Parts: sequence; C-alpha cells; structure tokens
Amino acid sequence: MSLQALVFLVLSFIAIVSAILMITRANPVKSAIFLIINFLSLSIIYLTLNAQFIAIIQVLVYAGAIMVLFVFVIMLLNLQDEKKLSDKLDLRKVVALLFVLLVFGRIALGLGKSVSERFLKQAENSVEIGKVEFIGEKLFTNYILPFEITSLILIVAIVGSIVLAKRKFE
Amino acid sequence: MIPLSWYLFLSLTLFTIGVLGVLIRRNAIVIFMCIELMLNSVNLALVGFSSYIGNELGQMLVFFVMVVAAAEVAVGLAIVIAIFRNRLTVNIDEINLLKW
Repeated sequence: MSLQALVFLVLSFIAIVSAILMITRANPVKSAIFLIINFLSLSIIYLTLNAQFIAIIQVLVYAGAIMVLFVFVIMLLNLQDEKKLSDKLDLRKVVALLFVLLVFGRIALGLGKSVSERFLKQAENSVEIGKVEFIGEKLFTNYILPFEITSLILIVAIVGSIVLAKRKFE
Repeated sequence: MIPLSWYLFLSLTLFTIGVLGVLIRRNAIVIFMCIELMLNSVNLALVGFSSYIGNELGQMLVFFVMVVAAAEVAVGLAIVIAIFRNRLTVNIDEINLLKW
C-alpha cells in the first residue's frame, strides 16, 4: 500500500468517526468539537488533492469563523443535554436509519459503476490550478460578477441577522 | 496514486451521516451542524473532480459555497436565538406554531 493511500485512509477514518460521534453526542458542545476535528481532517484531505487555497480557507472560515459562531450561540443559550439517543429508540429513528442506508446503497451502486474505471490519477495541472495565485487571478477576471454578488449576500446576511436577533423593533 | 472514486465514497459517507443526523436529532443547533457537514461533503466531491479533471471551476464553486454557508449560518443562528427568546427551547418538536 502506497503512502498516499495510507494517509488518505487514516484521514478518512478520522473524518468518518468524528462525524458519527458528532451526531450521537447528547451535549451540543461536544458535537461542535467533533465537527471541528472533522473539518480539520477534511482540510488535510484537500491538501492531498493539491487544493492549497481551499484547504487554508477551510481552516479559516469553517473551523475558525463558523464554528466560533456555533460555540458562541451554544454558550449564549445555556442548553441542557438532549436525552440519550438509545433511551428512546422509537420507530422514527429506525425508519430514518433504514432510509439513509437505502440512499447510501443506491448512490454507492451508481458511483461504483460510473467512476471505477475512470479518473485513476490527478491531472498534470492540478498543482497549478490549486495555487492561491491562480485562483485569485481567475476570481478577479473570469469570475468577477459572482465575486461581487457575494458581497451583496454577505451584507444582506449581516443586516438580516442583526434585525432577527434584536430584542425589539422601534 | 489513489483513484477519484475513493474521494467520492468518502464524500458519500459523510453526506449520508449528515442526512442521518438531520433526521434523528431534535436540537436545532445540532441540525445546523449536520447541514454544514453535508455542505462540506459536497465541497469534497467538487474539489476532487476539479483536481482530477484539471479544471479550476470546481474550486471556484467551493469558494462560493463557503460564502453562502457562512451567510446561512449567521441568519440561521439569529433565527434560533429569536425562537429561544420566545419559547425557551430549541427542540424542533416543540416549535410547532406553523404546523397544522
């Protein structure tokens, strides 16, 4: 087994285990911490795909900004633990599990058929297109219109969240 | 060199775990986290295709997905705070004012 395969398997094991722990912990703070571990392992997986810019942005925006917002809101609300999942294993959860397994099996079948023989190794220019320099140049030339629209989205989100979280309208 | 299908299967597994979390959890904040997990798994598939095809479009799309995710989290958590202020709970089974 090559080194790349070993690194990928270890990282994907960490990602999957932390995701499963995330959805099964009763305490939301523990869920948030396992989600951060998941984001960090995904960021290293992006590095194995030669996507340096995306890996850095993943750590800065997701593991940094978004998760700080989550932890801050959890602290603000002072929540109590949810009831243990195994305590009330009702019909709805069993049906949800079966449904999800069905979806997983069906998509896995389709994936196995369609991409198993193709895309065996990365493109020659994959190092080049992942660089911050290249992405920045494309972002300010070919993709300038969507880039400017994101500023509009962000200002709408800022104003909207302030209005929603305000105590009283005047 | 490992084939693209490994990345796609990892992405599929993470997406499935996110869907399962949305379906079984009752805490609105944890449901938001599961939505973030699903967005991330799709980002992984996009970056994988971008790197194996040799086209930068996938990584551009990931950048914009992250912007929209950040905006969505800010607005969503503001809604959660507003609901908590009125109902003193974030359990989505008890937030049923719009149900009929």
